[in-house]
Amino acid sequence: MKQVFKRPDCLVDIPFHFCPGCHHGIIHRVVAEVLDEFNLREKAIIAASVGCSVFMYDYFDMDVIEAPHGRAAAVATGVKRARPDNFVFTYQGDGDLAAIGTAEIIHAANRSEKVTVFFVNNTIYGMTGGQMAPTTMIGQLSTTTPRGRDPQEAGHPIHMAELLATLAGTAYSARVAVNNVKNLMKAKKATKQAVRAQLDKKGLGFVEYLSTCPTNWKMTPEKANRRIAEELIPIFPLGVFKEEQAPAEAGVG
Amino acid sequence: MEKKRKKALVKGNEAVAMGAIEAGCRFYFGYPITPQNEIPEYMSAHLPEVGGTFIQAESEIASINMLLGACSTGARAMTSSSSPGISLKQEGLSYMAGSEIPGVVVNMSRSGPGLGGISPSQGDYFQATRGGGHGDYRVLVLAPDSVQECYDLTMLAFDMSDKYTNPVLVLGDAMLGQMKEPLEFKKYQPKKFEKKWALTGAKGRKAQFLKSLYLDDGELTVHNWNLFAKYKRMKEDIRYEALFLDEARLVVVAFGSMARVLKSSVKMAQDEGLKVGLIRPITLFPYPAEFIRETSLQVKNFLAMELNTGQMVEDVRLSVEPGTQVDFFGLPPGSLPAPDVFLKEIKKVYPE
Amino acid sequence: MPVTAIEPKGKVTFREDRCKGCGLCVMACPRKLIIVSSRLNNEGYHVAELVDPDRCNGCALCAEMCPDVVIEVWR
Ligand SMILES: Cc1ncc(C[n+]2csc(CCOP(=O)(O)OP(=O)(O)O)c2C)c(N)n1
Ligand code: SF4
Repeated sequence: MKQVFKRPDCLVDIPFHFCPGCHHGIIHRVVAEVLDEFNLREKAIIAASVGCSVFMYDYFDMDVIEAPHGRAAAVATGVKRARPDNFVFTYQGDGDLAAIGTAEIIHAANRSEKVTVFFVNNTIYGMTGGQMAPTTMIGQLSTTTPRGRDPQEAGHPIHMAELLATLAGTAYSARVAVNNVKNLMKAKKATKQAVRAQLDKKGLGFVEYLSTCPTNWKMTPEKANRRIAEELIPIFPLGVFKEEQAPAEAGVG
Repeated sequence: MEKKRKKALVKGNEAVAMGAIEAGCRFYFGYPITPQNEIPEYMSAHLPEVGGTFIQAESEIASINMLLGACSTGARAMTSSSSPGISLKQEGLSYMAGSEIPGVVVNMSRSGPGLGGISPSQGDYFQATRGGGHGDYRVLVLAPDSVQECYDLTMLAFDMSDKYTNPVLVLGDAMLGQMKEPLEFKKYQPKKFEKKWALTGAKGRKAQFLKSLYLDDGELTVHNWNLFAKYKRMKEDIRYEALFLDEARLVVVAFGSMARVLKSSVKMAQDEGLKVGLIRPITLFPYPAEFIRETSLQVKNFLAMELNTGQMVEDVRLSVEPGTQVDFFGLPPGSLPAPDVFLKEIKKVYPE
Repeated sequence: MPVTAIEPKGKVTFREDRCKGCGLCVMACPRKLIIVSSRLNNEGYHVAELVDPDRCNGCALCAEMCPDVVIEVWR
């Protein structure tokens, strides 16, 4: 028998601090597998964010720069412009990217920065204890929407993958889920495409991962996992919203 | 490019940009704000000529974080702004100080609070010298008083920043940025800085990171003490200018454009036989406290003069020997009067 | 010596000290071979275990769904 599944090489062999059943762990691993596949460990520089994924420097055996909350896309811009031959990516939560860091991600995409952005949408602020996120669903309870999110008061769930797809500088934008193996395989494929967008110098590559936060959703891991299909996907449809052809393939004679 | 010439008549803002490029700055990130727009404009025109990169960012927040990113790779980079924009950069500055990342930030300050106005002001002294953002940190602050110094001190800022792996702030103001003076170009003498901490990808070495988060027991205490020790070490780079201190009976202390005008006032006083000296701190942090203390052993009367309602005067009072009289004359933002106006103020406190 | 009629096609190992007992592997196994046992690890989590190793064909779906990279698979 030969080994068909093992820990990705670029993931340091220490336990994750994530809560039981949290999809952050799966998404970390998917990203790590893809980076291994493209042999990017020695080339990568990560712009880490502030949220439950703040400890990337412990988990990924790669160079990491800590960005202030929300600013990872700007930090990644600075890194990539200074080191265009490195592979630069961010990994951000929905508070980080879609609230405080909205300007930075939109303009990084609009400038067609050759960076890759992994965006974890768990419809809540995990690290700070379950407050409303811009992605929180209508009616969803959070510690700051105790009666459920009322769109007239607190706004609507924001759709980052679709929004970024409207920008000319975005080379790839997709929304995926990791709630079952079928979706997870698509997530890996999207992750690869977002990596390629940078490697082929096409523009910004973006993947939105629907994720659970069993702790702040106050659900068992199993129930939280089910909520992805039952409640999130109907509102946050999975799919590829933008896929730019490589300049070579565009067929300029 | 103007650099080829030995001398040129340029604005202070242009001199900053020229000094930066000469010192090897290859990345600039900024957002327009008066009165420093000549800096980004110059950089956008001339950085590409030397293979550098200019980005007009979406905000000052983005600019400082691009700076943080670029400098984390060991590159020389700069951002500039004016007061309200510098306020927006404070979180990033705090992260850079906490993560020990170098980088040069220029504040061609304007008047506040709020939107204030575009007239010269020294209202940002506290913000500049007390860290400015959150947490117990400092940035080294250089305060030019001429177009030539805008050039020279910007070059120096890059070396200081690399020497201490800490952000360095160049604090000018609307007057310095806008005025034209002959500038003598100098060849930058590159110094060697080993940047083992630079993030370049973990090829042929262990992975490394730059961060300001310290959660383990006692770790942050140690980190803060290490930073404190570094800020103390910066004292070896204290700079100041001293005029007419021999036999002085009154010493005026002022920095930047205020000091520049006061040089004339002090000379006028000397011509009238008044023994008035001048100390101009060039590093505002670290402050030339020891030099001022030593001076106060001989001179018992000091006068701090500022374009604000009293900020640097606190540092003068903290520096002098007990029993020294420290008076203050301040002008809130508006106009910068002529030297004779200040001469009158000097005479008011000149010891009988 | 008893001889097993069918050689198991796959093998999975659980790194129990890393398991948080979330049960996502239980949901993922198409043959329902995994349970969250009553045993606790040092962190105080009930750990997942394979109840019928002989029937495992090494599809690795459990490992794919594990958020803590607890499972390794051979086939
Ligand atoms: C300027 C600033 N504001 C607020 C915070 C506090 N804070 C830390 S993480 C976070 C949001 C976390 O949520 P998200 O980005 O969705 O990531 P998750 O923890 O859910 O993975 C907030 C508000 C901060 N660190 N800095
Ligand atoms: S708080 Fe939520 S997002 Fe954070 S680790 Fe726990 S389950 Fe995951």
